[in-house]
Amino acid sequence: MLLADVLYLFSNQGTAMVEVFEALQSPEIKSSIYLSLLSCSLSAFLSIFVAVPIAYFLATSEFRGKHLVDAIMDIPIILPPLVIGMSLLILFQFAPFTWKWNDFFPSNSSWADRSLNAWVVYQVPAVIIAQFTVAAAFAIRTLKVSFEQLDRRPEQVAWTLGCSRYQAFKRVSLPQVQSGIIAAWTLAWARSLGEFGPILMFAGATRNKTEVLSTTVFIEMSTGNLKTAVAVSLIMILTAFTVLITARVFGNRGLPI
Amino acid sequence: MIELKKVCFKQEDFSLADLDFEVPFGEYAIIMGKTGSGKTTLLEILCGLRFIKSGKIFLNHKDVTNLKPASRQIGYVPQDAALFPTMNIAENLGFALKLKAYSKVEITIAIQEMAEDLSISHLLNRYPNQLSGGERQRVALGRAILSKPKLLLLDEPLSALDLETQQDLCQILKKTCMEHRLTTLHVTHNSEEAKQLGDRIYKLQDGRIHPGSSMILAS
Repeated sequence: MLLADVLYLFSNQGTAMVEVFEALQSPEIKSSIYLSLLSCSLSAFLSIFVAVPIAYFLATSEFRGKHLVDAIMDIPIILPPLVIGMSLLILFQFAPFTWKWNDFFPSNSSWADRSLNAWVVYQVPAVIIAQFTVAAAFAIRTLKVSFEQLDRRPEQVAWTLGCSRYQAFKRVSLPQVQSGIIAAWTLAWARSLGEFGPILMFAGATRNKTEVLSTTVFIEMSTGNLKTAVAVSLIMILTAFTVLITARVFGNRGLPI
Repeated sequence: MIELKKVCFKQEDFSLADLDFEVPFGEYAIIMGKTGSGKTTLLEILCGLRFIKSGKIFLNHKDVTNLKPASRQIGYVPQDAALFPTMNIAENLGFALKLKAYSKVEITIAIQEMAEDLSISHLLNRYPNQLSGGERQRVALGRAILSKPKLLLLDEPLSALDLETQQDLCQILKKTCMEHRLTTLHVTHNSEEAKQLGDRIYKLQDGRIHPGSSMILAS
């Protein structure tokens, strides 16, 4: 399958490859690459920020309903992507996302008359939120495995040496899952890059605005421009391999990839 | 001194009942018992890592029953040493002092003195995974003592060591605890070790410290 993509580049005495590189020079594709890199990095960082405390809590605590909470964390992984996008779209039709600044503090500024809904839906933030929704679930799953494998004894000894729970977590446990955090970040990044359904529903696929690499492939195929679609696909394949190798090098057994 | 009054603990089908004993200030007490008798659980209760069902724990006449582990001023040396794997030996030793915001110079001096006392000066730049069992126990002991505890708890510190290393560490333990005038509670199932180190011995059996099991070996 992947070989076929590469062979396509060398078909017609290599003219396809030239056309592919020309396609990559277009401002639309450059904008798409730029937005993809930016949004994937932001959503991966956000995912780690949220996943670290949740994964640590789930891995180290026992409470009634833990299995239910654990299962809820997996919902973005098992739901059909389009449903996630639709659900986000509906969520943003409710308060507080529909509240305007003017409703509470009357002002003449134009921004004060826009709700959070208007700032997010079909805008760049929607791309990041759509990617984050799924990527965070993968990051939580990955980090939970890391925290479960961790020996808790050193952290407990740190308590007896004068650490608060947070200090012991930060100074003793967190440095031990460094490789897990890197692996979770790369996975979240890769998931964000491949995200399509939620982005299409929640952010749309507007050229030079909310178009990312996955939506570029869809738009180019829809307009019959196979060469550009293949070129963008190859960029994504290359990136996916880089991410896979990075995750494996930093080694974290039990990764959901 | 450490004093337990009617301490009861229960977890699933395991329990410790009416633990009632005391270790006077500066004494080296041994708790003996079979594997699974609850020796480690008892130390964890004293540290504050496990909650008791009833009873009181006093440290130097202060009720520490409901205090967090960080507030109890108890140095704990677990059986597996539980060194911090991402820190080198110097960082492990100076961990408590850094928490208490001592100056870098004070920390360095304290680490060097402790390393000399425990004969581990050559290990300061190594990491825990590069140490032998005996070396790890010495580092764990040094780390606990540098936290300036009022009570030192040792969980079978010699059990996984060869005879020669056991003898070395025995002498180090005795010397260090005397120098720092530490009240010490040492858990073991080895009677030779108990006789060699202990000022008094308690026997933990069937979840109880049996009345009259205390055996004072030295005044």
